[in-house]
Amino acid sequence: MYVKFDFNTLCRKVLEDKLKDQGLKYRLINSGEVELYESLTKEQCKVFKENLGNYGIEIIESQKTALVQKIKDTIVELVGSDEMIPVKASIYIAEKLNHSYGYLSNLFSEIANTSIENFIIIHKIECAKELIISGKYNLTEIAQRLNYSSVAHLSTQFKNMTGLTPSQFQKIVTMRRKVQRYDQQYLRAI
Amino acid sequence: MNKEYLNVILADDDEGNLILFKSILQDLKIHIKVKTFCNITDTMEYLNADDAVIPEVFFMNFNTSGKNCITYLSELKADNRFDHMTTVIYAQSISSENEEEVFVNGANVLMKKPDNYRDMKKNVTDIMTVTWQYHTSGLNKNNFIMKV
Repeated sequence: MYVKFDFNTLCRKVLEDKLKDQGLKYRLINSGEVELYESLTKEQCKVFKENLGNYGIEIIESQKTALVQKIKDTIVELVGSDEMIPVKASIYIAEKLNHSYGYLSNLFSEIANTSIENFIIIHKIECAKELIISGKYNLTEIAQRLNYSSVAHLSTQFKNMTGLTPSQFQKIVTMRRKVQRYDQQYLRAI
Repeated sequence: MNKEYLNVILADDDEGNLILFKSILQDLKIHIKVKTFCNITDTMEYLNADDAVIPEVFFMNFNTSGKNCITYLSELKADNRFDHMTTVIYAQSISSENEEEVFVNGANVLMKKPDNYRDMKKNVTDIMTVTWQYHTSGLNKNNFIMKV
């Protein structure tokens, strides 16, 4: 059996469960931002950090890092959106976060070790990989879902990022699964 | 994840390669802590120890002495302590059958080692930039397959 994760839903669920477990009154603003109606005591904060830490979730304390996380969340939302956003990504991000794009772009490069443009491409290619692996869509459909102007554009960007064509990637993933299945059968047999 | 640096292990019996990789990695904007091994058996012994600091990235020469590189890859893949580790295999030249085998047995990145410093630095920088995103932006590492 193979499972597919939706990391946003997963993290949101864990976060909400942990907030409820501690009886905290809160409002989730987006996947990575929580407004607490009452401030936490030092002890509550320590317990909350430990509880989330077990799931690889950290509380971001630096304002700059928090803003970079908001940029990443906006990109994830932008790329994952089924609707075509009628403005350029740079305008969308700047308007949504209420800062100039120049400021956001410099801050992102400083903290995230890559540019916003490159992060958008990385994220789009990751989405393309998930869609290829799901087996539900052909490349034309994937290109349309991810707002590429053509299949050729998607294939070229995929090759530039991964060094592989989409079909080579798919072949490797299929072969990995076969080997995994064989290993599991072998382990069960001994 | 809010990481400040990545731990990297380099394993190669060619000391020249170790020096070269180490100097490139330490020149990157991303902060890296490097540990080198000039013997793959020692590396595996270190990684298999209970108190080992499992690195975020492991670079290994495909043409290493000792067991076949693929055997080491299979050993790493079989142990879930290494699930979050990015494995980079590099070689001066490699056949297309071996290329496929390297990926199928769990390597994330395959690098054909360029013969000049500038290209080598570019490749290592590209690999580490993408690796950083996988380790800090919650991307699915199972899908991290890259050839440079």
